[in-house]
Amino acid sequence: MSVDDRQAPGRSHLDVTPADATDRGPGRIRGVLGWLDERTSVARVVRAGMRKVFPDHWSFLLGEVALFCFVILVLTGTYLTLFYVPSASEVTYQGPYAPMAGTQVSAAYDSVLRISFETKAGLLMRQIHHWTALAFVGVVILHLCRVFFTGAFRRPREVNWIIGFTLLVLAIALGFTGYSLPDDLLSGTGARIAYSAALSIPLIGPWLASLAFGGEFPTSAFISRFYVLHIMLLPGLVIVLITGHIALLVLQKHTQYRGGPAREDNVVGRAFWPGQAFLSSGLFFLTAAICSLLGAFFQINPVWLFGPFDAAVVSSPAQPDWYVGWLDGALRIFPSFEPTILGITIPSPFIPGIVIPGVLFTIVALWPFIEARITGDDRAHHILDRLWEHPLRTATGVAILTFFAVLTLAGGNDVLAFQFGFDVEFLTRLFRWLAVLLPIAAWIVTYRLCRGRLREGDHPSPPIAGHAVARTPDGGFEEIHE
Amino acid sequence: MRRLPTEGPARRSDTDPDDRRLERIVLALFGVTVACALALLVVYILGGQTQIEGLLLFGALGALGIGIVVWGQRLIPARINIEPRDPVGVDQAQMAELEQTLIEEAGFSRRRLLVGALAGALAALAAALAIPVFSLGPAPGRSLFETSWRAGRRLATQGGPPVVASDMPVGGVLTVFPDGDSSDPNASTLLIRIGSNPGGAAASSPSPGSSAGASPAAPTPSSAPGTAAAPASTEFVALSKICTHAGCPVGLYRSTEHVLICPCHQSEFDVLDGARPINGPAARPLPALPFRLEPDGTFTALGDFPEPVGPSFWDMDL
Repeated sequence: MSVDDRQAPGRSHLDVTPADATDRGPGRIRGVLGWLDERTSVARVVRAGMRKVFPDHWSFLLGEVALFCFVILVLTGTYLTLFYVPSASEVTYQGPYAPMAGTQVSAAYDSVLRISFETKAGLLMRQIHHWTALAFVGVVILHLCRVFFTGAFRRPREVNWIIGFTLLVLAIALGFTGYSLPDDLLSGTGARIAYSAALSIPLIGPWLASLAFGGEFPTSAFISRFYVLHIMLLPGLVIVLITGHIALLVLQKHTQYRGGPAREDNVVGRAFWPGQAFLSSGLFFLTAAICSLLGAFFQINPVWLFGPFDAAVVSSPAQPDWYVGWLDGALRIFPSFEPTILGITIPSPFIPGIVIPGVLFTIVALWPFIEARITGDDRAHHILDRLWEHPLRTATGVAILTFFAVLTLAGGNDVLAFQFGFDVEFLTRLFRWLAVLLPIAAWIVTYRLCRGRLREGDHPSPPIAGHAVARTPDGGFEEIHE
Repeated sequence: MRRLPTEGPARRSDTDPDDRRLERIVLALFGVTVACALALLVVYILGGQTQIEGLLLFGALGALGIGIVVWGQRLIPARINIEPRDPVGVDQAQMAELEQTLIEEAGFSRRRLLVGALAGALAALAAALAIPVFSLGPAPGRSLFETSWRAGRRLATQGGPPVVASDMPVGGVLTVFPDGDSSDPNASTLLIRIGSNPGGAAASSPSPGSSAGASPAAPTPSSAPGTAAAPASTEFVALSKICTHAGCPVGLYRSTEHVLICPCHQSEFDVLDGARPINGPAARPLPALPFRLEPDGTFTALGDFPEPVGPSFWDMDL
């Protein structure tokens, strides 16, 4: 890397050249950077960072949008933190929302109503925060799909795959803990189901549930605990992991799609500065703009309609935020099955609520190693696969996504039953079959489609056999020589 | 580092009319941002309005975003950089040196016992520091097996008076707690009047799917004429309201079919058949509260639920 811009040690920032003196902008930058550089030699690093190459494809922006969503969540969340009260102690609601006047509610719920109805811009920030949270998990999943289906997780990027996967788990945990904070009827029900799932784990369940919630549900402790998780521990962990994620990305450089001058031993794209930096910062503001629009016009989680949490009361229908829907769906359609083996009961939520998600997430987390084991391909890859070039991977990914989709739909079986006039019992049985059959069907269909595409010869690696000919104007044929 | 021009148009000069047009567009977009930001300030000062504020925020952020993207994509010459990628892999010499530094310079290979003792000491310290985790919650103990129901406690609505049998219509459902103590949510119990002739007792039922106990402080329902005369104890059942699947309140009652439904995961319980689960994921019946109908029409519990209420746990049968 060139060091021509670097100042010699000891050179004062006041020693600007006449050329710089005529141009105030660069002169000022040299002043600040020069001051820093004299003390840290930072200019070399900055200049190298600006030359980081970003391949030019929209799908590489998904991870950036996920990062931007997180930034927006931190900003709006900080605002909410200034007004939210993480306490389960009972207060009498005395705010302007008439239907709730005089009701005994928790201080947490009271403060959320205050944010919604009394704090200026409070409702807007709350709704932007919630919509961005929904988008955050969605974009993280899209980013994960891009990395999965193109094989970007392969050696040498297995560690970054696991970091990214952990970030998805943290995003879901952040969403769930945040969802529980308003202490409304719906979120309290969600927390109760989480408690029951923890309780269902054989041997350690009762202890785990008691330690996590501070006793038998409902407790007054879980609001403040979820709050600490939601605003400190989990976001802190996310920031650490994002830093590691990006550091590895810089160390290992981007992957890239095949085509043009792209090869395994190079990276083709735009430098961070100026091209990518402008696109990315513009994208940040556009992401924030769309989240603002959603927060402005699309009501979300109107907790004043749900009412405060009351352990003896429930609302119907009861649906969680979308990224938890598949877990709820698994709980809904799993058959009534609670065996007692040698006196040890295996509670009914254990398999759908703990085992199935655990196994699935483990497969996803370890997929780089599983695939390398199956294919025997342990080489480093920097050129991305096309979707059909690896039928096993693509079929497995589509099957897992199908499974999640069926479970998510099953999580709304009561709503679907109501909307379309089915019996909910029929839908539950139907979803049981679909959850087993559709992923298998999706796997087979995807695998065959990929194989077919490969056989068509669209695969770039096998050389073309035979001779290429062209028709001449007089009707004959002549061979084309490359 | 090699640089190639893109396949697109060559770099425009600063005097390019197209460039100046784009500059004006970007300028206008930044102007929109300034205007929206100022308007946002005015709206806020005037008292604020969620939708207008959001719209102005959208305008300010969106115009800024588009402006920066247009600037970056159209006014900055697009250059494709091709950067060589060094193969990632183990440099044997480096690795050996690292090993030397890490292990040999500290003398680890000569002092195995000390290294082992250090690891043991750290593990012991970690275990000691992890123990306070048990401050987070009480030992599960008997609390999962018990509720606040005791023999002699009367059935009452939450914060309300004891329930009187003749006040309940056939098909009616009430959420009840021990009289004067509704502090234990796991004691919440559904008192249902199924009637003396369950097979045909559907006349005065609420519509299917009506919410049972949707209002926590529901007053005793007004009695339907003709149904209140000297009800017998066998006309009533008292069932735990906590679903045996995942612990949600079993809030829905289809009185025509005598089926209780949990709205969380659609478990269904047959009230006439010992609250046996007949559909959905629940596997255990809802526990029944033993009670007696007193001569004055109130109900008295004969004890706690005979089995744990709510979701199952591994040692509930031990």
